[in-house]
Amino acid sequence: MAVSGAVLVLFLIGHMVGNLKIFLGADDFNHYAHWLRTMGEPAVPRRTLLTILEVVISVAVVLHIWSAVSLGKRARAARPVKYQARKKSHAQGYAVHTMRYGGVIILLFVIWHLLDLTFLVVNPKGDGFTPYERVVADFDASRWYITVWYVLAVLLVGLHLRHGVWSAFNSLGWRTPRNDRTLRGLAFAVAGVVTLGFVSVPLSVTFGWVS
Amino acid sequence: MKLTLRVWRQSGPDDKGRMVEYPVDGISEDASFLEMLDVLNEELIARGEEPVAFDHDCREGICGMCSLVINGTPHGPERNTTTCQLHMRKFKDGEVIDVEPWRAKAFPVVKDLVVDRSAFDRIIKSGGYISAPTGAAPEAHSVPVPKPDADRAFEAAECIGCGACVAACPNGSASLFLGAKVTHLGLLPQGQPERWDRVVSMLETHDSEGFGGCTNTGECTVACPKGIPLDVIGRLNHDYIKATAGGAKK
Repeated sequence: MAVSGAVLVLFLIGHMVGNLKIFLGADDFNHYAHWLRTMGEPAVPRRTLLTILEVVISVAVVLHIWSAVSLGKRARAARPVKYQARKKSHAQGYAVHTMRYGGVIILLFVIWHLLDLTFLVVNPKGDGFTPYERVVADFDASRWYITVWYVLAVLLVGLHLRHGVWSAFNSLGWRTPRNDRTLRGLAFAVAGVVTLGFVSVPLSVTFGWVS
Repeated sequence: MKLTLRVWRQSGPDDKGRMVEYPVDGISEDASFLEMLDVLNEELIARGEEPVAFDHDCREGICGMCSLVINGTPHGPERNTTTCQLHMRKFKDGEVIDVEPWRAKAFPVVKDLVVDRSAFDRIIKSGGYISAPTGAAPEAHSVPVPKPDADRAFEAAECIGCGACVAACPNGSASLFLGAKVTHLGLLPQGQPERWDRVVSMLETHDSEGFGGCTNTGECTVACPKGIPLDVIGRLNHDYIKATAGGAKK
């Protein structure tokens, strides 16, 4: 859970930095999208490094889901008879309770997101357009519901990281009484930066700041 | 005080069990929760009914025998307090109170509110000890222990093994209990010889007893009547990873 999660957090940060290139203009954004495919050339053929990254990320996603499912199964087996009274939660707060259902919603979102901007199946522009044009068309004000869907999914990702980043350090045994405040701060900062970074693009397009 | 209790009644391990409602009256605000149950049981016995079975021993908050999930919270609403030290003044007059046993596969119900916690004994047996030679105790000052380590070890050693962490955990994990033992023994010089074998074999026993996996929700530490901090789980994971992946276990 912790190791696969860490791979995915690093990917998210990279993905977010790439997205923010949209604020530098169409040329910068499209050039970045092109560079992703030509990374490592001419030392390695086109798309080699990108394919390796895609495989690593896919494996991390599968392992992350597998860990979550096996932990869930163990949890169900460990308490065959449920409490009659509604069990009160007293710890940590909201983010912890979103981990399981939030994770499922994030998975559904990722599938939609891939169909939208990778496989171009549900994108209004599709093949024959530049990545920049696709993004701008995707989050057009007339398609506000798509923006809402993206923003909600990113907020869930933020909550997921809020607990997940700190939790990963505890699972890997790197959390001590002394560094706890720092780790909680780090989790809050990573969650905040990733959330703001990702929601900024769809919102900017919808509100017409990027067109 | 007048209260309505809804108590889990289960005649034995094979009975399905159910919540049964009991009105109780004339309860003193200064009574402990267990004394309130004593009053109920006296009434039940007088009526010729079977009294409610529940675990208790010292009634001083130090033995770890009392349990009970009260209104969905192990050891009831007051923090850092065992059920025996919980007073009825923490409840409102006329309140409906749900009383249930710990719920975990590894803690099967024996009768009513009594669960079998010998899974914890088996975990302790698999590593919760030190190899001390017999004979006269050595001079205490001959084994120096850094003050922060001694404090942390003592904090973890406060665990009374009641099982509230398991009852509170949404995953039914006993990681806080394990962490407390591994921290308590692993921080002190006397616990070093078995340190790496201890963490591995205690964790293996934990898993084979049917406890769940930890997802760091933090419910355990809030429910713990001794306030064992969550960082003992960080130390448990640290020692386990070092013992296995790091090759520290012989």
